[in-house]
Amino acid sequence: MAASIDREVKKLPTLRGRTVVNLFYESSTRTLASFELAAKRLSADTMSLRAAGSSVDKGESLKDTALTLAAYDPDVIVVRHPSIGAPHLVARWTGAHVVNAGDGKHQHPTQALLDLYAMEEALGHLEGLHVAIVGDVLHSRVARSLVQALGLVGARSTLVGPPTLLPRGIEALGCDVSTDIRGIVDADVVYVLRMQRERMAPGEAFVPSLREYTALYGITPERVRPGQVVMHPGPMNRGVEIDPRVADSDAALVTDQVRAGLVVRMAVLYDLLTTSRVRVVEPLEIA
Amino acid sequence: MLVCRNGRGESLTLEGRVVAPAQGIDESLRITVLEGVVGAIEPAAASDLVIAPAFVDPHVHLRTPGREDEETLRSGTEAAAAGGYCAILAMPNTEPVVDSASVLGALVERAREEAVIPTGFMAAISKGQRGEELTEMSELATAGAAAFTDDGRPVVSAGLMRRALSYSGVTTRPLALHCEEPALSRGGHAHEGAVSAELGLGPYPSAAESVMVERDLALSALEERRIHLMHLSALESVAALDRALHAGVPATAEVTPHHLVLTDEAVRSLDPNVKMNPPLRGEDDRESLLDALRRSAISCIATDHAPHARHEKDVPFEEAPFGVTGLETAFAALYTRLVLPGVLTLETVLERMSAGPARAFGIGEPRIEVGARANLVVLDLDAEWWVTEDGFRSLSANSWLLGETLRSRVVQTVADGRVAFVTEKRARR
Repeated sequence: MAASIDREVKKLPTLRGRTVVNLFYESSTRTLASFELAAKRLSADTMSLRAAGSSVDKGESLKDTALTLAAYDPDVIVVRHPSIGAPHLVARWTGAHVVNAGDGKHQHPTQALLDLYAMEEALGHLEGLHVAIVGDVLHSRVARSLVQALGLVGARSTLVGPPTLLPRGIEALGCDVSTDIRGIVDADVVYVLRMQRERMAPGEAFVPSLREYTALYGITPERVRPGQVVMHPGPMNRGVEIDPRVADSDAALVTDQVRAGLVVRMAVLYDLLTTSRVRVVEPLEIA
Repeated sequence: MLVCRNGRGESLTLEGRVVAPAQGIDESLRITVLEGVVGAIEPAAASDLVIAPAFVDPHVHLRTPGREDEETLRSGTEAAAAGGYCAILAMPNTEPVVDSASVLGALVERAREEAVIPTGFMAAISKGQRGEELTEMSELATAGAAAFTDDGRPVVSAGLMRRALSYSGVTTRPLALHCEEPALSRGGHAHEGAVSAELGLGPYPSAAESVMVERDLALSALEERRIHLMHLSALESVAALDRALHAGVPATAEVTPHHLVLTDEAVRSLDPNVKMNPPLRGEDDRESLLDALRRSAISCIATDHAPHARHEKDVPFEEAPFGVTGLETAFAALYTRLVLPGVLTLETVLERMSAGPARAFGIGEPRIEVGARANLVVLDLDAEWWVTEDGFRSLSANSWLLGETLRSRVVQTVADGRVAFVTEKRARR
């Protein structure tokens, strides 16, 4: 897969005649684009449905939308939804393979896979790595998936952020937790989470100001140790959680992550549709 | 005031092991009921059936008026009868809210037509349950309000709560309180802890309940007015209740079967039928509730039976409404999951499902004695049955026990001297 994206002609015939539907209930740039491109590169037919402008706007339930799509008999439905467990419900209601492209604050498994891929490409190994995940963990499905994925490959993680954005009990995932930015000094990878501006709504603010957040937790050149790499799932708020000088430095793997996203999502579709009847098993299953 | 369909008391004879913990009875007896009244109690041969004072549920949502697609007075009381209940109290958070004598009067009239067991109706504490102005409590009490509650939501203003307690002195009815500090529970879908953190569900901390429990107990002490704390879930709330009871505050409390049996680990399934308010909490909380129930600090088991239409629960967890049904499964769930493993005694469960709630709300306590109205439940403790979606008398099937096999079954319910329920066929043995 990785080799194919460097060729002049990038398309592979592997999934010709297969149908991949992207069902996106939340806005997304890179995840939707890379799933769409991944399917196209593998010659699958692809179609993307966004909640805005579809029957969802008219109040159609997730169940009815899923059943409607299932009637077209797609091979894969890629689901992005603001509610936890929505892809699992779609899997229960349809016969298609379902890929979770992000469900609420719960999981974003292909993001975790692409992050592991990008880390291994950059550092040569995963086992024994120490990854500091910095920022708004409370609202982050990326952090939850990544901590679990790192545990599976023998790497360890430390969550760093303001106390109000670190959920109580999160250490049960098997990670360390710190409210001190100096906790990143030992890490091989500094993984910066997006500081979501919508979390700063008046009366709902989790930190007093973005200025104070940046002063305490912003990833500046002074806070990055030589040899460390810096990652970010995008979209970045330059000048808030990450200093532009860091984002544009050689230490930043941000565009490598985007590229890895395409490769990994091609691999996910390929695996699902060529390995017969093997379903991706996630930690969570609905009875 | 409890009302149901008019009818004559029936005559029948029941034989079995009579267990009436509040009266200290546990022996094999034959009970003869004549025109609805216990006429004779005599020794009998040992039997495999248990006869107990029928159950009283102080916390039921009958969804009438407004959501008769989810439950009606008939379906809800039939479900209650099938669960062994001889009396239930319905919550006023309907559409419209039961906040005026006219709405309450219409309900009472309907209950006289439809209810198969005696049913009481609570009225709202505040108009529209908006937490702003008190309802006309005296007029509502005269029209038959069994108690006052804004259940479904808390009385947010401490000032209004104090005034409600003080003013409720014009009636003899208690206030039943849903304790929740919305500033702490907002956006919450599951107990704050490892499970909500891992799943990314909005946290609903124990303190959202316990700070309101503390406040309401303090106001109850201040006004020397009786309060009833509904559906307690957190050990901090139990600790506050214990301190208040020790100080002589006139409070009673209830707990639901689901908070006694399940913890937030069940939420990992993301099944909308384990989404309740207050949420399922940790093992420490569950143990503290069990302990309080044994000690009778919590003296009532209440189902908080909350029917929801199927399509409303057929959605992702966060989008689903809070609440589960419970009338038809309460005893069997407690017997199977707590009595059989030795966590609670049969006597504790029977007492807290009958005499406990009756006393807390000043409803006539179901007793097995000559001259008393017959309020009896006959139980087959060895029967086994499967909880299935199509097996309910309730119009809704949002049970946390779907797919489970339960031990023990209600065979017959006699409510106010009439047979309100009898099994169609004896369960498979």
